[in-house]
Amino acid sequence: MNNWSWEIFLEAFPYVLEGIGITIGLTIACYLFALIFGFIWTFVRRIPVKPVRWVILWIMEFIRSTPPLVQLFFIYYAWPMVPGIGMTLSPFTSAVLGLGIHYSTYIGEVYRSGIDGVDKGQWEASRALNFSTRQKWTKIILPQAIPPTIPMLGNYLIIMFKEVPLASTIGVVGILQMANNFGAENWRYLEPLTIVAILFLVLSYPSAILINKLERKMNRRFDKKTPTGSKPISKANAPG
Amino acid sequence: MTEPIVMYKDVHKSFGDVSVLRGIDLDIKPGEKVAVIGPSGSGKTTIIRMLMTLEQPTSGSIIVDGKNLWQMEKGGQLVPANEKHLREVRGDIGMVFQHFNLFPHMTILENCMTAPVQVKKEDKATAKKHSIEMLEKVGLGDKLDNYPSQLSGGQKQRVAMARALVMRPKIMLFDEVTSALDPELVGEVLEVIRDIAKEGEMAMVLVTHEMDFALDVADRVLFLDNGVIAEQGPPSQVLEHSENERLQSFLHRFRK
Ligand SMILES: Nc1ncnc2c1ncn2[C@@H]1O[C@H](COP(=O)(O)OP(=O)(O)OP(=O)(O)O)[C@@H](O)[C@H]1O
Ligand SMILES: [Mg+2]
Repeated sequence: MNNWSWEIFLEAFPYVLEGIGITIGLTIACYLFALIFGFIWTFVRRIPVKPVRWVILWIMEFIRSTPPLVQLFFIYYAWPMVPGIGMTLSPFTSAVLGLGIHYSTYIGEVYRSGIDGVDKGQWEASRALNFSTRQKWTKIILPQAIPPTIPMLGNYLIIMFKEVPLASTIGVVGILQMANNFGAENWRYLEPLTIVAILFLVLSYPSAILINKLERKMNRRFDKKTPTGSKPISKANAPG
Repeated sequence: MTEPIVMYKDVHKSFGDVSVLRGIDLDIKPGEKVAVIGPSGSGKTTIIRMLMTLEQPTSGSIIVDGKNLWQMEKGGQLVPANEKHLREVRGDIGMVFQHFNLFPHMTILENCMTAPVQVKKEDKATAKKHSIEMLEKVGLGDKLDNYPSQLSGGQKQRVAMARALVMRPKIMLFDEVTSALDPELVGEVLEVIRDIAKEGEMAMVLVTHEMDFALDVADRVLFLDNGVIAEQGPPSQVLEHSENERLQSFLHRFRK
């Protein structure tokens, strides 16, 4: 039987590693897409017209309850056949759209929870001081809404990273696909796939620790219940 | 006679089916100090929230410095005011809230400076100077770089007052600004309001449960009951010599 071979491990390593650029690049592209699109969801959900909100909510729910793999297949294989608006997209672009749109619905929820978390009194004080709509958002609401969401957003980055191998099903050649190719050529799957697992671990574990740290820092921020007369906090710690 | 700075004309307000205010007529003169008293749920907060544009009247109109607050003219017709119109008219109004509503992500100084710089486009140095002066006036000159969460309730409320005052409003609204405070901190806040009131030129509407304070500071006391102004007049008359039974039983609960 196939026993573990360090020789093959060393041979497979550079081969598999060639896919890392694509894996990380796709993660970042999908994530940025989801961050931006998530903002659009949050925005359109606030449109004060009930039927519009209702339709938007329904679309979001639809996207969320369909598996990302099905969405990927749809965009890559079915979209080109839609009359009129359909077009053929590269595997990479399809993956960015598919995973990006899917996760944007979750990211939109994160933004919304951040905004809802801002106390009602903050909106009222903004009115009482006569801030413009723009000033209200940039100076008062967002600086309070964003920090608490950063850990959640970070989590989605890691989740996204772990979902990206799905894209190999439509031919995006990241580390998983490279490992598969290696396996097919050499009839050895154990070592290359172990390498894939290690690479994912090595990249996501430190990120998770970082996010955890960030989370603790954010939780401390607005919670400085130090008694009066304590020494002022330096500017460098000032959020926003 | 001087023109009133604020006029309520037959203002009604309902929340859904619940009619809260049923015809408020009220003129406030520039510099006048008006205390509003009344049982819980009688609509005291609602009256001033409508003036701060936090709540829209169901009918009637509110005139601020000669300008219709909730309606504007468009093609010769009165239409509901848009945000731009509201912004123009409410610039003369300031408010202090029961729960302070300080900006937690800003220092005390930034809390005061931001609106003058952003809204009134004052240059930073001037705004900073005025803010520091104002914070010194409310006794917090040594807390400029602290964050709100580092202050006591009484100190927070004094910051909130400084923050509203640096905007130099012509009318200032106070909604039970001491009722969220520990009893021993009430005094310091009332003290500051007394000082502000003495300066005179700013009109003040004070919703309060502090009867002695109302007697002391107000030019006029309104007793709100069942959605109307049931009684009004000079404080000594309303608080000590009124014949109104509902008012007497209301006051009785405070005199013990
Ligand atoms: N946003 C709202 N939605 C529904 N009902 C409301 C709303 N705001 C106020 N009310 C109702 O309107 C009535 C008057 O409220 P308001 O807060 O003006 O009373 P108040 O005189 O300030 O009372 P308190 O002394 O308890 O502060 C209450 O019955 C209250 O429940
Ligand atoms: Mg009230």
